[in-house]
Amino acid sequence: MAADTGETPADGFGRISRTKDVAFRLLALAATLVGIVSLAALLLNVAVDAVGWLDWQFLTNPPHPNPYEAGFLPALVGSIAIMLMIALVTFPLGVGAAVYLEEYADDGYLTRFIQLNIANLAGVPSVVYGLLGLGLFVGLFNIGYGTVLAAAFTIALLILPIVIISAQEAIRAVPDSQRQASYGMGATKWQTIRNVVLPRAMPGIMTGTILALGRAIGETAPLIMIAAPTTVFGLPNSFFSKVSAMPLQIYNWASYPQTEFQYGVVAAGVVTLLVVLLTINSIAIIIRNRYQQRT
Amino acid sequence: MSQPDFSHDGIRTARGTAFRYLFMLCALLSILTTVAIILTLLLDAIDFFAQIPLVDFLTGTRWSPTNEPIAFGVLPLISGTLVITIGSAMVALPIGLLTAIYLSEYASDRQRAYLKPALEVLAGVPTVVYGYFALVYVTPAIDTILPVDLSTFNALSASIMVGIMIIPMVSSISEDAMSAVPDSLRQASYGLGATKFTVSTSVVVPAALSGIFSSFILALSRAIGETMIVAIAAGQTPRMIDLTDPAGMFLDSIQPMTSAMVQIGTGDIVGQGPAYKSLFAVGLTLFVITFVMNLISELVASRYREVYR
Repeated sequence: MAADTGETPADGFGRISRTKDVAFRLLALAATLVGIVSLAALLLNVAVDAVGWLDWQFLTNPPHPNPYEAGFLPALVGSIAIMLMIALVTFPLGVGAAVYLEEYADDGYLTRFIQLNIANLAGVPSVVYGLLGLGLFVGLFNIGYGTVLAAAFTIALLILPIVIISAQEAIRAVPDSQRQASYGMGATKWQTIRNVVLPRAMPGIMTGTILALGRAIGETAPLIMIAAPTTVFGLPNSFFSKVSAMPLQIYNWASYPQTEFQYGVVAAGVVTLLVVLLTINSIAIIIRNRYQQRT
Repeated sequence: MSQPDFSHDGIRTARGTAFRYLFMLCALLSILTTVAIILTLLLDAIDFFAQIPLVDFLTGTRWSPTNEPIAFGVLPLISGTLVITIGSAMVALPIGLLTAIYLSEYASDRQRAYLKPALEVLAGVPTVVYGYFALVYVTPAIDTILPVDLSTFNALSASIMVGIMIIPMVSSISEDAMSAVPDSLRQASYGLGATKFTVSTSVVVPAALSGIFSSFILALSRAIGETMIVAIAAGQTPRMIDLTDPAGMFLDSIQPMTSAMVQIGTGDIVGQGPAYKSLFAVGLTLFVITFVMNLISELVASRYREVYR
């Protein structure tokens, strides 16, 4: 009966406050769990729906208007091809920028401007990067609507800020004493970076880059903007092949009205995408844990 | 780190300098990206505004890029974005703030080690997957549970999904701000006989307010730019919001800016007509809004960092 008598001091202020305290604690815990539990419930739903649809034939067939023959192979291969290209582009550029900002740049105006600019780029909506890709790679450089290269370059620019920021953190974590030891033995700046800083920072850089690739593989809006075809029947065989990707194929299938698509084929596609994403993130975490134990 | 270079070997020095400039180029690429984004959007948007007056675009209340009568008023799209932003804010801001309080003030180190990565997963799920969830699971579920007349495409389930997606954004930045509050403030409050509830709500939250504020703006900016969830689940009906009918706002189909861009992007519109160019005008509007919000968030955050360090 103490709960609603918060105004009367006669009841003893300790007990009333404690009731409120416990209630608030439970409320905060519930808030913490509500998102996680909802997502878990949705994932469970989609996993159950995918049963019977996610089979070898689904993974090896091209898309088909008949849900029982529809497959995911061109989208799966397309996504992986785009992702490998993105890795080739972002890794050297991201590490280079991070090395400059951490090892060479002074704390001047230009550096702070670059830093603020990178933070801001990380917040630009992905659909806007799609327009950049449309104007720059498709329009100006004429790489072609929806090709592997156009898709990879566009998404590479999108995840580059994330790669730079995580590479910077990894480089910053290398103890300064190791750099001083290298200089003390007569090494130049570049030798120190190549032989001391980068090897020590590499696991962290790899982890950050791979996590960013996980983000890249789920991106849909930029691909729509550069007019990547939502449905492709053949596998990409050159940099200039038209390419679809898993999220794009899912987006396309989700608009089909048939129940077989909505609760079957798409569910199988979603589970495939999430499994690939989980694999990528697990690799990143394995790399991190392995090297954390050693140092 | 300015380190004297003791090497007198000319080739080695030259190579060092070459690498220095190579790395600098990589860093400057980020500025180049920003410039390219602005130029791409601006050039095509200027083309668009040559055909459609800027005033008509900014004050028009009808958006119909392909169906006669053609109209390019951006206000219905902005109000669609507003509905999604308000809806997702009602989900994410209270939940995210309570989550941050729990993680920072109540959770044990062990609990935190499990909860934080689990929350990060919420932001890691591809948005197209969230959109699909909203369309095929959330909408039918709400339709069965609540006695409301929900359209197949509606702002409600899209907002809920966007809200869940941005929870970790609010919670992680707010938690950082709360952890930065000096422990002496908490101890002083406990010394006066305050409970954890009072300490959390009357000491920690006010002290971390600028960080919390910064996380709110950043999360809302993310909600404004969110594309696939709304494109799949919120529908394609550009309309002005009717403030007298808050239920209708959420129960029916709407069209935010990002969703309109996807619709034009997936359509067969090619060439240089105003319908195609409007893509860049809407994109520019979206870019300016999110850019300003991110900048404000960054400025507010850098202020709180200075207070306690």
